[in-house]
Amino acid sequence: MSSDAKPAPAAGGRAGMKKELPEHFKAYKHVWVFVELEGNEVHPVSWELLGAGRQLADKLGVDLAAVVMAAPGIPARRAVAESFAYGADLAYLVEDPVLQHYRNDPYTKVFTHLVNTYKPEILLLGATTLGRDLAGSVATTLLTGLTADSTELAVDADGSLAATRPTFGGSLLCTIYTLNFRPQMATVRPRVMPMPERQEGRIGRVIEVKADLVEEDIVTKVLSFIPDRNSKTANLTYADIVVAGGLGLQSAENYQHVKNLAKVLCAEYGGSRPLVQKGWIEADRQIGQTGKTIRPKLYIAAGISGAIQHRVGVEGADLIVAINTDKNAQIFDFAHLGVVGDATRILPALTDAFRARFAVNRLAS
Amino acid sequence: MHIVVCMKQVPDSGQIRVHPVTNTIMRQGVPTIINPYDLFALEQALQLRDKLGGTITMLTMGPQMAEDSLRKAMAFGADRAVLLTDRFFAGSDTLATSFALATAIRKVGDTWGKPDIVFTGKQTIDGDTAQVGPGIAKRLDLHQLTYVAKIAEIDLAGRSITVERRAEGGVQVLRTQLPCLITMLEGTNSIRRGSMADTLRAARAEVVKWSAADAGIEDLTKCGLRGSPTVVKRVFAPTAREEKAHLIDTTGLGTDQIAQALMTEVLTRVPAIEGDLQRAAASY
Amino acid sequence: MIDETFDAIVVGAGPAGNACAYTMASRGLKVLQLERGEYPGSKNVQGAILYADALEKVIPDFREDAPLERHVIEQRMWMMNDRSVSGMQYRSDDFNEERPNRYTIIRAQFDKWFSKRVQAAGALVICETTVTELVRNTQTGRVIGVRTDRAGGFIKADVVVLAEGVNGLLGERAGLRTPHKANHLALAVKEMHFLPRDTLEARFNLQGDEGVVIEAAGTITRGMTGTAFVYTNKESLSVGIGCLISDFKETGETPYGLLEGFRKHPAVAPLLAESDVKEYAAHMIPEGGYNAIPQLYGDGWLVVGDAGQFVNAVHREGSNLAMTTGRIAGEVIHQIKARRDPLDAENLSLYAQKLEKSFVMKDLKKYRNLPRALHNKHLFTTYPNLISQALQTWFRVDGVEKKQKENEIVKSFFRTRKFTGLASDVWSIARGWR
Repeated sequence: MSSDAKPAPAAGGRAGMKKELPEHFKAYKHVWVFVELEGNEVHPVSWELLGAGRQLADKLGVDLAAVVMAAPGIPARRAVAESFAYGADLAYLVEDPVLQHYRNDPYTKVFTHLVNTYKPEILLLGATTLGRDLAGSVATTLLTGLTADSTELAVDADGSLAATRPTFGGSLLCTIYTLNFRPQMATVRPRVMPMPERQEGRIGRVIEVKADLVEEDIVTKVLSFIPDRNSKTANLTYADIVVAGGLGLQSAENYQHVKNLAKVLCAEYGGSRPLVQKGWIEADRQIGQTGKTIRPKLYIAAGISGAIQHRVGVEGADLIVAINTDKNAQIFDFAHLGVVGDATRILPALTDAFRARFAVNRLAS
Repeated sequence: MHIVVCMKQVPDSGQIRVHPVTNTIMRQGVPTIINPYDLFALEQALQLRDKLGGTITMLTMGPQMAEDSLRKAMAFGADRAVLLTDRFFAGSDTLATSFALATAIRKVGDTWGKPDIVFTGKQTIDGDTAQVGPGIAKRLDLHQLTYVAKIAEIDLAGRSITVERRAEGGVQVLRTQLPCLITMLEGTNSIRRGSMADTLRAARAEVVKWSAADAGIEDLTKCGLRGSPTVVKRVFAPTAREEKAHLIDTTGLGTDQIAQALMTEVLTRVPAIEGDLQRAAASY
Repeated sequence: MIDETFDAIVVGAGPAGNACAYTMASRGLKVLQLERGEYPGSKNVQGAILYADALEKVIPDFREDAPLERHVIEQRMWMMNDRSVSGMQYRSDDFNEERPNRYTIIRAQFDKWFSKRVQAAGALVICETTVTELVRNTQTGRVIGVRTDRAGGFIKADVVVLAEGVNGLLGERAGLRTPHKANHLALAVKEMHFLPRDTLEARFNLQGDEGVVIEAAGTITRGMTGTAFVYTNKESLSVGIGCLISDFKETGETPYGLLEGFRKHPAVAPLLAESDVKEYAAHMIPEGGYNAIPQLYGDGWLVVGDAGQFVNAVHREGSNLAMTTGRIAGEVIHQIKARRDPLDAENLSLYAQKLEKSFVMKDLKKYRNLPRALHNKHLFTTYPNLISQALQTWFRVDGVEKKQKENEIVKSFFRTRKFTGLASDVWSIARGWR
């Protein structure tokens, strides 16, 4: 977490000290993943986290548990079953009508109760608006450490969670530990971890926990939920093909070239952080550490220099294609395929090329 | 009503440089700014005060030079500013930060009246954690409203507030009781330009400076590095990938030919696209 | 309207405005300083060299806390053609003195420090506020305050000091001066190249806080009148080049193109190798000299610094003239205020009188005709090539007798530039220099 990523202390400083886990924390075992259920659907980030959690649990030789909180009903049961398919060994299921919609208060209460009762050593949540809202409250209540937006999770030799995240506006990475407190908490943004393979028929143990919540005790009420008319922003995160532009496009008008290519490729479009700052694109189209993390089959970056904060948002793509006039641009360090050239000229030509190709194919078929 | 706005002075991340050899942050000459997300909170607070009356207290934890940002906030129209500054705060992670700020807010309440709303930005641009807001809410037992896009209604007499909160896939309309903590979503308003009178007032105003003791913090083990459960063990630049991008040889090629070459290469490497796009094209 | 009157309003927080505001505030005047940039210095660009003497006269103890980079112990003057450098170098341990005379600085930091000192002296400094107009008494025409771009922005003052720099539009809009002419303005661009401290010190043969200044002229400006520079900071190099705007217009060359050429020059590239480039900035420099100086004072107003064309282009001096004019203006205002006289044109004429007696006007007067003499493309193309050729002939050991080499060199000059050309070049520069 580190609101202010601290400089790495010198050897011999606190970070260099050996772990001295207080006695009462030694009982903390197992890896938990919070399964985010909203509007009867599980957010895919939860499955991604089960994939990451599975590896941590195997390394530690402990169980992987899914935590499902919901109103009683089929969606909750389905979420539990799916959790097993995505790698969980067991599931803590809390069903209560009060948990129908996410609200900070009851969810924090139930979650901290679960932690205090069953004592997990690692707790993973998706860095969604829900996960971040909940994780901050839970960590504060438990007075433990929380690392936000981790991009890499590992277990080191003495069994501590090493969570790596970008820092300083994404110019460097830092590895953060919660040495003397339990549980060790981390959030991970959607698409940062790969989606694990779904194993049909895999089953596990269900531990049902009573919450005994009373609606009258909860001050905050959900008056209504207005679903987004177009869920385009979710599409960007999970799109198969993404075309994005950066400052190399030189003007807001030239961003149209990105949209045109995206249209021909049935792709989603986005951009680097400076474009949002300049107002060329909406904030929810930003790709990178502080925007969306993507994992498409094909990512085309046009006129993007490739700062680390952008890099961590796109590294999971199968094929990264970069177009940039500067052959020394950082983007060519992590792209797979590159063209040194002016994106404002190459994008329209590429759009024409794809359009022609699939028009021909269409005639042929 | 009394509104407290928590604000942070941050290095302008766009201008941060990493030393090419030692991979350390070169802070020299990097300008500091008000965390941009906090300005949405401040403007919302100003609008509420303009409509309902009351005062706005700005609160920042940071080094002495953070005074500049607080003064700027007052030039936008905030009524007073408190800078929480002490060497004991150095190295605070979000848990230690929320402890210090929450304690200071209690003291602000004792001094100028209990706040009805505490505002923070969605997150900071240097930490990007979005954890301090919820941390403060929990510690002060305030009703927590994160990612608020709009304040739909406030009933001061009935002590109730209704907001629209950005959630995954939609907007939650929430009603709760005051006092509450609101983290404001970006893009929800734009900060006003302070009047000449406010600007002059801000330039002359005294920024209240509190040490840990002044803020009523007794247990210093909850502050700074000592009060932070997280430890940054390593700061590093990502390792360069072995292989750099395969650059398409463009010598002697026109733009159209470059595009053809690029398309062919893309389709060879991700053949699945071909099928997807054919199906898409056929379904026109 | 703001219901208070300031003794003085200073428009701009560069070296001139800061020197003026500091001088007045530290003498007890009620000063308001308005700056359009986000912070003091945010709009300022300079190499930059700080000339200690000018600042010392404003803030004698500045060395105690000013953010200084390196003190200059070595000056290199380069004449460059495309492949060679000839020139002069002066390095002296005498410059390692207790109170060094010249320092390299980073303006953003220096200006912030200066502004802090101005505030500590008691001036009210307000940024992000543009003065949109000088407000005059409708009957007398006397300047009585300013209007800003903020709501309720009229503020009264007994005198307004225009320290708005070269880009300031206020003086022009108020009819105090005519717009700058393109041949009176140079456009300079600058980059910061970051290097590890020990690498930089090894490359320039420096120890501790010692620094080097390189000033260069020649074919790097492609026939245009201008110079380039490399200054050593603690962990970075300031690299820049500038030419007259009128020349850029005429030749179609771009400032960045020139800078790139300079950067890649075989004598410069090794100094910059493996540096991390950050910050690219462009700035205009008023180089019209003495003949371009506008009216400097009037009823209730004064002009200081770049806004008054106070730049000695030949010696690359500007910030020292800015600080000196600012200081003198401040002293004059304080003096008039102290004897409770009005700050009208008659009394403020003391400012012009004091400038005439200072090095500022004397230097500018000395070089008043030099800009025209230097506006000669042969100085930047023909001569650097001839000199390079001559030196190469001279230094190459190839069995040719020395007498013949001398003859060849002399001939090459006359062949290329003819006797009349040579004579007129020498004559016009000598006259300009007088």
